[in-house]
Amino acid sequence: MIEAASEDLKARPSEEVMIEIKDMHKWFGEFHVLRGIDLTVHKKERIVVCGPSGSGKSTLIRCINRLEEHQRGRIIVDGLELTNDIKKIEKIRAEVGMVFQHFNLFPHLTIVENLTLGPIWVRKVPKAEAEETAMYYLEKVHIAEQAQKYPGQLSGGQQQRVAIARSLCMNPKVMLFDEPTSALDPEMIKEVLDVMIELAHEGMTMIVVTHEMGFAKSVAHRVLFMDFGQIVEGNTPVDFFENPQHERTKLFLSQILH
Amino acid sequence: MQAYVQDKPAPELKPPIAQVGVIGWVRNNLFNGWFNSTLTILTLLLLWKVVPPFFEWAFLDSVWTTTHEGCKEATGACWSIIYRNFRFIIFGFYPYEQHWRPLLAMLILIGLLFYSRDRTHWNKYLGYGWILGLAFMGVLMRGGILGLEHVESTQWGGLPLTLLLSVFGLTAAYPLGVILALGRQSKLPGLKVLCVLYIELIRGVPLISLLFMSSIIFPLFLPEGLTFNKILRAQVAIILFTGAYIAEVVRGGLQGMSRGQYEAAESMGLNYYLTMRLVILPQALKIVIPPTVSILISAFKDTSLVVIIALWDLLKTTQSVLSNPEWMGFSREAYIFIAIFYFLGCFSMSNYSRKLERELSEGER
Repeated sequence: MIEAASEDLKARPSEEVMIEIKDMHKWFGEFHVLRGIDLTVHKKERIVVCGPSGSGKSTLIRCINRLEEHQRGRIIVDGLELTNDIKKIEKIRAEVGMVFQHFNLFPHLTIVENLTLGPIWVRKVPKAEAEETAMYYLEKVHIAEQAQKYPGQLSGGQQQRVAIARSLCMNPKVMLFDEPTSALDPEMIKEVLDVMIELAHEGMTMIVVTHEMGFAKSVAHRVLFMDFGQIVEGNTPVDFFENPQHERTKLFLSQILH
Repeated sequence: MQAYVQDKPAPELKPPIAQVGVIGWVRNNLFNGWFNSTLTILTLLLLWKVVPPFFEWAFLDSVWTTTHEGCKEATGACWSIIYRNFRFIIFGFYPYEQHWRPLLAMLILIGLLFYSRDRTHWNKYLGYGWILGLAFMGVLMRGGILGLEHVESTQWGGLPLTLLLSVFGLTAAYPLGVILALGRQSKLPGLKVLCVLYIELIRGVPLISLLFMSSIIFPLFLPEGLTFNKILRAQVAIILFTGAYIAEVVRGGLQGMSRGQYEAAESMGLNYYLTMRLVILPQALKIVIPPTVSILISAFKDTSLVVIIALWDLLKTTQSVLSNPEWMGFSREAYIFIAIFYFLGCFSMSNYSRKLERELSEGER
């Protein structure tokens, strides 16, 4: 394993703002999915978002890289505001890594080709250099020996680790995780969470939508609870789990923590 | 309840073999039950009634090199009709002494196609090779320079014309179809409506009427003195027609792609063009190889419809031999002969598509 710059997980995030969301609304047709989201994410901050299904948590992070379009309010990512300007959107997307529930690897390309596609075509990195970077990150997610295989030949856990490496190859400033372990068999969840924890040690800014409360407790600076398209409660993991304030948070926690 | 703990692991065994050998296969597949046994026997009887007489007609009693007089006396097939008229069937009205030119052009074309079979050969040099080869073929066919006698395109005919119409028709229709399919999926309403209109209008008329339009109605709208080559007009009609069908097949492939693939590509900052080119189309086009090939095969055979606008393709040259009083009545032989050509063309296409599918799905589940 490559030795990475390790950071104390208890260290506070920087004061610099990475993402700023102000009074953001989103509708699916008539349905008001996001009802005035205000959220500031600092550099190196790690946020876990939880909440019942349909509460809008996935939609929230998908708005950050414009996979969904917000209809009111502002989203500013690293100083760039998300508007209809497609060039700006592509620029923001290149800086924001995203890991999906269903991995979404490209099945017609080998693992290495999956990893080098973005760097070669978006960042215009020479092929040899992109492949070197790809191998570096594959080693980091402990999967270098699979480099020449196709995604279909890998297990779910391995595919998700490849997906994380693929995002890292773009050298992103923020990583978004959309329920990264929900589609995995139980015995594979840990290998993916371990990779995410290593990432946290390196000081990556992360927003993670997940129900893995153990991960939230050990890694997050802040845990947000969403319900009905609103952020109902946000607190440090310790206070969030030991001393929830809102009724709905208490109910939710009592349902998922047996 | 008694606890159970496995004491030793189960050994790995070979799968059971039901029945081996030819006899086992025959019993399992041809004679399992009275119904299948009856069918097998009936089929064998039918084959016995049909195959030996055909063999006798086609080979034992046939004549191969006689004149038409000899044919009248023969009891079997008269392959002499092919032997005696071979060069006319293949080359049509192309000047007799110049037949080496279309022959060489065809050989270059077939050589290029054959070399392009192997995907590892696909690079920019092959592209240059194609451009050079096509230009050279054009020079060979038309002449007029390099000391070659000029041959009007109205004199082109037979197999070179069929190959010309189909190879160009299919290679141009494919990208057109892909572009139309993308246009139909577009978020721009104007573009989308245009593509839908185009596809539906073209699919709504038979190819014959398109060919008529291109050869009779279209010239009426041109200013006097300006004419387009007739072959070119037929070629364009075939391209436009086939393109619309390919567009619908490709659209099916595009719809089969999961949203996740688009999202994964977009979320790394790939623009629309790169997303399509690198991620979506390679997968979507692969899914639709089988229906695409059946469209290409039927388009290949449909090129024979150009007879109705008086282009002398392979079918028309054969028919005109048959209308010669000397050779009347030997249509079976003549049509079997051109059927072999069409079959070879279609079979190599479907064979190649299977090879391509196999190669492209390597390592995928």
